Formats: sequence, C-alpha cells, structure tokens
Amino acid sequence: MSSDVSASVLDQPAIRVANLGKQYQLGARATHRTIREALVARVRGVGRSFGRRSHRRAPERFWALDDVSFDVAHGDVVGIIGRNGSGKSTLLKILSRIVEPTTGSIDLVGRVGSLLEVGTGFHPDLTGRENVFLSGAILGMRRTEIASKFDEIVEFAEVERFIDTQVKHYSSGMYMRLAFSVAAHLEPDVLVVDEVLAVGDAAFQKKCLGKMGTVARHGRTVLFVSHNMGAVVSLCSRALLLDAGRLVLDSDPMTVAARYQATLTAPAQTTDLATAEHIGSGKARFIELHVVPERRDGSAREMMCPGGRVRIETRIEAYGTIESANVGITIYDATGYRLVDANTAMQGQFVSMAAGEEARIAFTLDDVRLKPGTYLVGLWMGRTNVEDIDGILYAATLEVEPDPQQLRHSEQFPGAYLCAFEHSIAISSPQTTAEVTPSSLARPRDAAVAAPR
Amino acid sequence: MTHASIRPNTLRIEPTRGWVALRLREVFAYRELLFFLVWRDLKVRYKQTILGVAWAVLQPLLTMFVFAVFFGRLARVPSDGVPYSVFAYTALVPWTFFATGLTMASNSLVGSANLITKVYFPRLTIPLATVLAGLVDFALAFPLLFALMWRNGITPGIQVVWLPLFVALAFATALGVGLWLSALNVEFRDVRHVVPFLTQLWLFATPIAYPSSLLPEKWRALYALNPMVGVVEGFRWALLGTSTRPGPMIFVSALAAMALLVSGAFFFRRMERTFADVV
Repeated sequence: MSSDVSASVLDQPAIRVANLGKQYQLGARATHRTIREALVARVRGVGRSFGRRSHRRAPERFWALDDVSFDVAHGDVVGIIGRNGSGKSTLLKILSRIVEPTTGSIDLVGRVGSLLEVGTGFHPDLTGRENVFLSGAILGMRRTEIASKFDEIVEFAEVERFIDTQVKHYSSGMYMRLAFSVAAHLEPDVLVVDEVLAVGDAAFQKKCLGKMGTVARHGRTVLFVSHNMGAVVSLCSRALLLDAGRLVLDSDPMTVAARYQATLTAPAQTTDLATAEHIGSGKARFIELHVVPERRDGSAREMMCPGGRVRIETRIEAYGTIESANVGITIYDATGYRLVDANTAMQGQFVSMAAGEEARIAFTLDDVRLKPGTYLVGLWMGRTNVEDIDGILYAATLEVEPDPQQLRHSEQFPGAYLCAFEHSIAISSPQTTAEVTPSSLARPRDAAVAAPR
Repeated sequence: MTHASIRPNTLRIEPTRGWVALRLREVFAYRELLFFLVWRDLKVRYKQTILGVAWAVLQPLLTMFVFAVFFGRLARVPSDGVPYSVFAYTALVPWTFFATGLTMASNSLVGSANLITKVYFPRLTIPLATVLAGLVDFALAFPLLFALMWRNGITPGIQVVWLPLFVALAFATALGVGLWLSALNVEFRDVRHVVPFLTQLWLFATPIAYPSSLLPEKWRALYALNPMVGVVEGFRWALLGTSTRPGPMIFVSALAAMALLVSGAFFFRRMERTFADVV
C-alpha cells in the first residue's frame, strides 16, 4: 500500500461508483467505417424522411451497464459475478479508464492497475527480457521498479533459461507464465483483474491464485471478475452479482455464488422481444429469443468459446396467413458488420402458418469460430425480395469468451474469425536443416500445455 | 512509493463532452512508457529486412537519384546555385522524416488496437512515439548529407545554428497531421487509402524537386502556408546558404505548423473517448 495515500483520503472509500451507466449505440453510427458509408447513410436519411422504408435505421441503443452504484472500502477484495453480457467486462473497462461511462461517476483513491488480459503489450519479436520491461511500462510500472523486481518476475515465471530468447519461440505455457508474472508484480493500490488466472497448467494456476491471495492479504483493494466460484469464495470478502447491466445482489461471496449458480440452470439469455424495434408487415412477430451455448451433447453450458456450439431458438406468433416464409438469423459484430447468416431457405425449408398459430424455430450453429467478443444476433422472416414480415436488427447479444487454453492466440490479433490451422517452420542453413516448432524450446510439461486439444 | 506521479491520488471517472483539456502533464508522467514505445518501434522496425537500417538512408538517396536525373538533368530545373543532387537531398532528408512520420502515425492507433482496448494510458503517446522513432532514421540520413556537402565544397555558415528550429518545425508538422489522421483512421478506414495520395501531392506542393524562387515573391508567403515549405527552405538556407530569403516563409510556415499541431491535439483528444469502442 502506498504511503502517499494520506489519512484524510483513507476516510473515503477506495472506490465509489455512483449511478454508473454505459450505453452502446448500434446500427447506423457505429457502422460508418468508411466516409462513403457515412455519406450514403445521410442520403438514405433524406430518403427516409420522404417515407421510403430504409433497411438502415436510426441508431439502436442498449445499456450494457445501467445505474450501478456501490462502494468498496480500502483492502476489500470484491468478486464480480454474472453471466455473459451482464456488464462485468464493461464495468472493468470503465474502472480501468479504457472506455468512458455514459452516465454516473467513479471516484478512486490511489493508483489503479488493471489486468484485463495476459500479455498486454507483449511483442513476439522481442526477447523475454525486453518484453518484461515493455509490458511492465505499459501496465504502468516504472523502469526502476521493473528492474528491481526483474529477477523475482523471471523466477516466478520459471523461464530463466529462455529470458533472452524471442517470445515467439516460447510455448504458450511459458509465454503466459511470463506475462502473468509481470502483471502479478504490479503493485497498485487498487487492482482490477479480469479472469486471467485460468492460464497455464494446473500447478501454475494454483500458484497464481496463491499470488492473488498474497496481494489480497497485503491490504490492497481488489476487484476480481470470475466464473470460477471456488476462487471467488476463497479469495473475496464480498461479491457483486450483475445481471443485464444491473447490480442485483451485493453480499458475502457464498450467498452471491449460490444465487449465481441458481440463475445458470434457468434458460440462458432469454430475450423478450415485445419492446424491440420491429420492421416488416407485422403479419407475424418474433416473440422470444433464446441464445444458449451448448456442449457437444446438447446440454446447456454457461459460456461460449471459439469453436463452440450455440443454439438460437425463437418463438413466432402469426397474426395473418404466412405462406412459405424464410426465417433466418444473422450474427453481426459489435460494429454491425454482417458475419454469419443461417436461414431455413438455405436448407430448402419454408415456414407456413395460419393466424393464431405459434412456431418455434431453432438453429444450432456448430463449430462457431468467432473470436472472443460481443456479437449481435438479428432475426428476419419474410420472402426474399418480396416482403419483410418481421425483422429485428439486433435482438440479442452473443458473448464469445476466450478459450482459457488459447488466451494468447485469441486475444492478440484483431479480426473476427479463428481458423483451425497447423504450421511448421523450416530454418535452413548451408550445413543442416532443422524443423523448429514454437514449442521445441519448451520443457516437456510446457509441450503438454501447448499441444492442441 | 514513487509512482504517485503516474496516477494522481484521487481520480474521478465520468463522462466528458465536447472539447477537453490536453492533459500534457499526464503525457509527461508517462514518459517512460513513451520511451519504451519508441524503443520497441526501433527494435522491431527493421526486423527481417536484409538491408536493415540502411533503408533510412536509401529512401532519400534513391529519390535523390531519380530527381537528379529527371528534374536536374533532363528538365534542367534550377537549384539556387548549388549542385542539384545536394539541393534535392537536403530537402529529401526532412521530407522523408515528415512523410514516414505522417504515414506511420496515421496507422499507429489502429495498429495498437490491442493496447487501446486493454489498458489505459494517455493515447497521445502512441502517435507521439511513432513520430519520435522517426527522428532516429532522420539522424541516420545526416552523415550522407554532410558527405555530399563536403564533396561539393559547401560549408554551412553561422546560420546553421537555426537548424534545430527547422527540425522542430518538421516534427510539429508531422505530428500535427499525424494526430488528425490517426484519430480519423479509427473511425474512417478511408484514411489509409488517402495517406499515400496525400503525401504524393504534398511532395509536389513542397519545393523539393524545385526551388521556391521559381514562384513570384508575393506568392511565397501564401505558398508557405504549407509548413513543409518553411522546413525545406529553412534547411537549404541553414546548410547550403542558398540565396532564397526564407524569413517570411519560415514565419508563415511556423504559424501553420503550430495551428496544425494544436488543432490536431485537441481533435485527437475529442475523438479519444470513443477509440476503445470503435477501433
């Protein structure tokens, strides 16, 4: 704990969050990635005012975080729990000053350090030693501070022998151990941690949790987001449960964890579409939407990882006669760019309904190799190029979480799609030709971690 | 502990609107990060290149040869009484610094998306580090310039003491334009298509292949609204002692460069709040 936090500021809470809200705008504004699109939308806007129906509509908004208030005392270790899309990450990003809130405020006392990712700022072409300094500086450490802790960092990561090797030759286990070790030696007054502990092998995870425990016992204030109820209960003195952007429970970790487990058994992410913005003739309406991440055997799971499976089920009510309609879903990225389409017509099927009838239509998307991030699910029903019966541009969100085994690969690079791939590197010199793979420098234990599942 | 200067003791996070303060003090507090970003850029820039650092000299040198053949020899463009090759190279050294700084800076934010979405630091450090890293290439191009001058028997006069001013002017211009373009690039990826065009047009709007003495004197002040005019004529005057009197041009260019830099910095800060959402 910093000695420069004087007694007077210790009287106020370490963190005071008041009426915090974050609104995201979807659709029109967010999708203008080129000036041409921005201009086209302007022109369309004029067209719309003359009564033409336009596919691109006014920006749609949703609150990722809605009127959240809480205080955290100095030395508290607070767990933040919630399902995907509940606003946990948004809260951490605002606390870390990465994004700005839309409403409300946060008052913080002391230096804030945030760990939202393992290996922020690591550069593959630099050596382990160079990356320790670079990553440390990016996380807010001073050069002298890094230098004085350097040996400790390297020892904790167990990479002494390879510290002057470029990290692109590290196994993923070594890479993550070094990256975590830099972060673990950050000594802020307030530490904001996303679920970055689930890295490396079991032994290293245990070591990381131990380190977190030490941090907590040293009187530092910690905010800790996790799906790991065990870790929350053992490390935290208090926990917050978020749901749909709202703070629903603020209590001791056991109580909150129990409530969270109870919510998981309920159908995941059901969205009532009564208040959504619909387009189309209205002869039928989408009433409800479930987005359920699934295991291979079809049972529901709590989170979706790249390459996972998701069931998107919708309920439709007909108010008139529907003949041979195509029903489909679309997945957009957070900026509204269209990524995935699935509809009944693609598989030669059409839906016919009489007034008063109800239909349930489910799409099971398998091997969804979207990168971790927030995606939007849109619904459409109609006859292509003939009529729109009902459509909701953004009906629900789909959160794809980083695969704990592949944190390094999934988070480092932008883009939407994660392809299965293999690679080989052949380095040849006049005398010999050697096959080098990234894990060839690793010890056997590391190779096991790096191996594809 | 010693890091109180990195983050103030109390911090309020709340929505901001409209134009906001530059908070240059915070940028200064993060100077070590700035240093590491510059250092990383330098370390990584010439990795996996055969010629490596030689590129810093080759770029202006090769352009000089092209200009010397086409403009100097064939078109017989005047060169203010100094050999054309020295005349062109003296301009190309600051120009190359400007053009690469501008190009790199405009892509810098988009290229650092993984940092911007994961950790807080003053975003101004990103384009700033990129342009600063360019100063090293710039310095590397100088020995050849001196060699060329020596070979042609040119010794700079006392006016050479003004050279740092012109370097600062080139730096301010590159950073100013870089700030505008990097912030725009986050939202409008058109920028990356515009930049090559822009630098090409800008090259011809700057007296690199030709002297500004080709222009009637009354137009020169207007011409110098392009800050690189002042930089280039300043370099020639300081190093080669060319007869074109750059005084008024430098004054106008300095004002234009300052306007670009200040407006760029404020625009950047205004756009900054949505970087992490949009990038």
